[in-house]
Amino acid sequence: MPRILVSLVSGLLFGAGLILSGMVDPARVLGFLDFAAIGSGTWDPTLAFVLGGALAVSIPGYWLARRRAQPVLDRTSHVPAPGPLTPRLILGSVLFGIGWGLVGFCPGPALTALGAGEAKAAIFVAAMAAGMWVFGKTAGK
Amino acid sequence: MSSFDPISALVGGGMIGLAAVVLVLFNGRVAGISSIFGGAVDCERSNFAWRGAFLVGLIGAGAIAWWLNAPHLTIEIAADWPLLIAAGLLVGFGSRLGSGCTSGHGVCGMARGSKRSIVATLVYLSIAALTVFVTRHLMGG
Repeated sequence: MPRILVSLVSGLLFGAGLILSGMVDPARVLGFLDFAAIGSGTWDPTLAFVLGGALAVSIPGYWLARRRAQPVLDRTSHVPAPGPLTPRLILGSVLFGIGWGLVGFCPGPALTALGAGEAKAAIFVAAMAAGMWVFGKTAGK
Repeated sequence: MSSFDPISALVGGGMIGLAAVVLVLFNGRVAGISSIFGGAVDCERSNFAWRGAFLVGLIGAGAIAWWLNAPHLTIEIAADWPLLIAAGLLVGFGSRLGSGCTSGHGVCGMARGSKRSIVATLVYLSIAALTVFVTRHLMGG
């Protein structure tokens, strides 16, 4: 039960961070990805600050977690060992990047936007679930 | 979309990082949304409870912000539904094939110094930027 509660709090905090930082807004994400706008002065640097702020906390946090023999509420860590760099990881990241650049949604923000009642986020999440389902039935086997 | 606000971006990013740290420190789990949501899509019984709780939090954060009429909650989705479906499929399939998305590779993987997460992040960021360049500046969309 405590582990379930921690997961819930983590999800809430993650979603609240996406909202406060503006990352739940695809227009803002696309505003960052549009590097051609740097020249015209309309570029939005938000995403870099968000990733920087996240890493400033997650780097020392992960370092702390690694130093512990086990997680606070579990007997073993479930963090996977670093795997090799494979062609499918590259190809997957390319496909993900195209989808991300087309709309400005990645999985987290899309789910939080869905919670905020955005109909378009619901369409995106349904398609995303379908894409994952297809992966599970084909390449994921 | 409101103008660039570095403080909200940094603090919001820090909250995202803290969410990832809480999950790894207490539960020994990676806050990778594509894997958490993908596991739910695959109906994996073993990890159902903590993943479900995280997703309830992530989606619930959006619902709470909507209910409270939070000033930071601005969501602008320019894409029409065929584009949302195409992008959703690519994001879903690609993030599973690539073993992670912006959260798993970007916030968690990079935090633990995983080389393949750093490569994945660089790949999807550049491909997404290239996609925006093509759609906004070459196709004039």
